[in-house]
Amino acid sequence: MRTLTDADTGVAHRHLRPPSPNMKGLAGASFKHEHLAAILEERPHDTFFEVHAENYMGAGGPAHRALENIRNRHPLSIHGVCMSLGGAQPLDADHLNRVRDVCNRYEPDLVSEHLAWSSHSGAFYNDLLPLPYTQDTLSHVCAHVEQVQDAIRRPLLLENPSTYVTFASSSMSEPEFLKAVTVRTGCGLLLDINNVFVSTTNHGYDAKTYLDEFPLNAVRQIHLAGHTRQQDTEAASLLIDSHDAPVSDAVWALYDEVTARVAQIPTLIEWDSALPEWKVLWAEVVKARQRMDGSRPSPMGGRADVC
Amino acid sequence: MSANTHHANSQTSFQANFVTGLLDPDAGIPDDVHAPAGASVMSRYNVYRNNVTVSLINALASVYPAVQRITGVDFFRAMARFYVRAKPPASPLLFEYGRQVPAFIESYEYAQQMPWLADVARLERAWLDAYHAADLSVIEYGVFAELAPDLLGSLRFTPHPATRIVRSAYPAVTIFAMNRREAPVSPICSTDSEDGLVTRPDHEVLVSKLPPGGAVFLSRLIDGASLDVAVSEAFTDTPSFDLQVNLAGMISAGVFIGVTYGES
Repeated sequence: MRTLTDADTGVAHRHLRPPSPNMKGLAGASFKHEHLAAILEERPHDTFFEVHAENYMGAGGPAHRALENIRNRHPLSIHGVCMSLGGAQPLDADHLNRVRDVCNRYEPDLVSEHLAWSSHSGAFYNDLLPLPYTQDTLSHVCAHVEQVQDAIRRPLLLENPSTYVTFASSSMSEPEFLKAVTVRTGCGLLLDINNVFVSTTNHGYDAKTYLDEFPLNAVRQIHLAGHTRQQDTEAASLLIDSHDAPVSDAVWALYDEVTARVAQIPTLIEWDSALPEWKVLWAEVVKARQRMDGSRPSPMGGRADVC
Repeated sequence: MSANTHHANSQTSFQANFVTGLLDPDAGIPDDVHAPAGASVMSRYNVYRNNVTVSLINALASVYPAVQRITGVDFFRAMARFYVRAKPPASPLLFEYGRQVPAFIESYEYAQQMPWLADVARLERAWLDAYHAADLSVIEYGVFAELAPDLLGSLRFTPHPATRIVRSAYPAVTIFAMNRREAPVSPICSTDSEDGLVTRPDHEVLVSKLPPGGAVFLSRLIDGASLDVAVSEAFTDTPSFDLQVNLAGMISAGVFIGVTYGES
């Protein structure tokens, strides 16, 4: 049998920029395909983008074209949302391989996951479910973080979650728990300040006290996002981590407190639903950058600048 | 039993308790969950219930937008809620979720008046699979040009991983095309059966209507039959089968990525 044309089964080689050695002081945004045309037109610079790892686990297609476009121009953060690090069951080996493959394909500058769980007994619940903070759960989380770090050959950043319940069985606070994970595994932390505000409001704690306890020296990235305010059936305030609105004034104020203590931490504006036009999201990015820089004028510009 | 095994079991049972109520509105609140004084622990746990169900319904709506447009949002979300509770996803990849929706629609009591709806769902599922398929170059007309005519019948083709064929006893392709975008719909008077071909020759997913006999012809080629066998079966199925039209359509749609000839 002779071959007239070979089926090309190899993955095409693409030229990706090398990982940027330093993302210090950058502010960025969630990358959504709806914004690609505007981003290519506006040519923002000195910024970075973040994507959910799971959206780029298909073999090929337009989603990868879009992300290659972004990756060739900007540093990239890969944010996993369903590794289930906080579960007692072994990590899904197939999913771990997919995360590794996405990291190999796009050479991200930062890789993060949540302190949460999503899967149990073969079902995936598509939410960041909470866990009690105990010595038992600490052992599982540390083992899982180490497994991920071994697979992706990079430090993982672990993100503090938004939570709506706590557990009577917890024996340590969330900041204590996260600090213990960093000490045992060498991972970094992704401090989501909106999550801090949502969780502490929901549980009747003080956000500043939480931040005082938080191991800020391990923070390698910050998330800011919008939330929704509701009332529960007892008329108590209930905040929902909805990622569908501008960052609230209260969260900006906490951000100012954090940036006064740890400088130039790459900061990302998350916006995942009820997407605004790119310029609205970009204005939030510029605001983060200006606050990070304090009174220094922002070097970020528009398309008239030479990249 | 080692201490670690014991710990793993106790956390597994905590998780089992926590998930029991997530998709079951009648289940109670798991032990151990807590809310501050003056707050409702049920309201707090219900946030997770709501997140799980709503996000999975939204995931199905993004896989099946034309079905949702046809049925209306309320009908779709009610149907999707039944599906989510019966078949939560096994994989964290939500673009893989909902493969059984077409079969679910066929058995769904309230969808019996729309017998073509399941086939529209099959086209949407095929569309999304094509969207995420690997990037491979398709063959072009040139492959036939240098070939001695006596070798043509022995050609065998390698399908592009995006390629899907959806056969329908209804005008499912027309209905699909009309409802995939936000544009006015017009009444469809046809009761013709339609066979859909889903491909991705470049970066865009294409959904086209196959000419008569085309589904049998391409299905046999995709299964690995030689060209002469596929042509013969297409003529048996459809005496009016037009080989030139089908070959031209097959090449321009990008059904195949490779071709071989000679003995298999």
